[in-house]
Amino acid sequence: MSIEEKVIEIIVEQLDVTREECVPEASFIEDLGADSLDLVELIMAMEENFGIEISDEELQKIRTIKDAINYIKGKKGLAS
Amino acid sequence: MNLKGKVALVTGGSRGIGRAICLRLAGAGAFVFVNYARNEKAARETLRLIGQAGGEGKIVCFDVADHKAATEAIAGLIREKGRIDILANNAGESRDGLLVRMKEQDWDRVIDTNLKGAFNCCRAVAYAMMKQRGGRIINVTSIVALSGNAGQANYSASKAGIIGLTKSLARELGPRNICVNAVAPGLIITDMTSAMTEEQREKVLEGIPLSRLGTPDDVAGVVLFLASDEAGYITGQVIGVNGGLYM
Repeated sequence: MSIEEKVIEIIVEQLDVTREECVPEASFIEDLGADSLDLVELIMAMEENFGIEISDEELQKIRTIKDAINYIKGKKGLAS
Repeated sequence: MNLKGKVALVTGGSRGIGRAICLRLAGAGAFVFVNYARNEKAARETLRLIGQAGGEGKIVCFDVADHKAATEAIAGLIREKGRIDILANNAGESRDGLLVRMKEQDWDRVIDTNLKGAFNCCRAVAYAMMKQRGGRIINVTSIVALSGNAGQANYSASKAGIIGLTKSLARELGPRNICVNAVAPGLIITDMTSAMTEEQREKVLEGIPLSRLGTPDDVAGVVLFLASDEAGYITGQVIGVNGGLYM
């Protein structure tokens, strides 16, 4: 499974949204209806799944699905 | 009250109020992890009493004040049982003395065990409870958190801190169906209060409308209630169990 697919799978599960809603530009808060607790859970699930650590400062910059995918690819040393 | 299938962790479960909480939760069907820091013999006795009453549990050794040790031990027991439903933060210690004579270590140790210990354990269970979409945290505070007590500046401050922690977590975790409450015992007969003189006891009894000291089980019964489905709409509360000593 690619990073994109895995990220979207996590988002669908955590935020209870459909795959169709998960377009790259979708914002977690504005488009997918996440609150602050949802965001923390989402980030923790990603940390767990990808074996990375995301600091609170970095967390501020992750607003959309694309941000999350690029961020994880960067951490994994893959070009976005 | 039925806790069948639930997994509980009781810190400081080897003696006193902690032991009574372990017995009550296990008696209602929960699997109880009995935490202790030093007294393994007493923890084993708690486990024996649980077994004798037909309950199930396991002892687990860590110092709640040690962030790394507590985090790792709790992650391990969550892995082992696949879930955690109830956390009773009961571990506590006191190092009494008047402020002008209180040593820095006495302040630090009491705050570290009582307040940071509660934080460490809450933090270690919160994510699992969030994922489960449910859980109960019951923090044991004290009447002195509300009334203050000469000679217990460190202890009272740590217990008042627990109330702030309880209310903040109740707000943070409420949307995930996690109830966080505190129980504030008054004067309970345990090893910790046995240092009182007969004269001090007599004097306190005058102020207790129910005119008796409390037992560990008086407190444990309330903890059991707060852990049960029956208490599902109670969060962020401080329940006094003090015979009316403080209202």
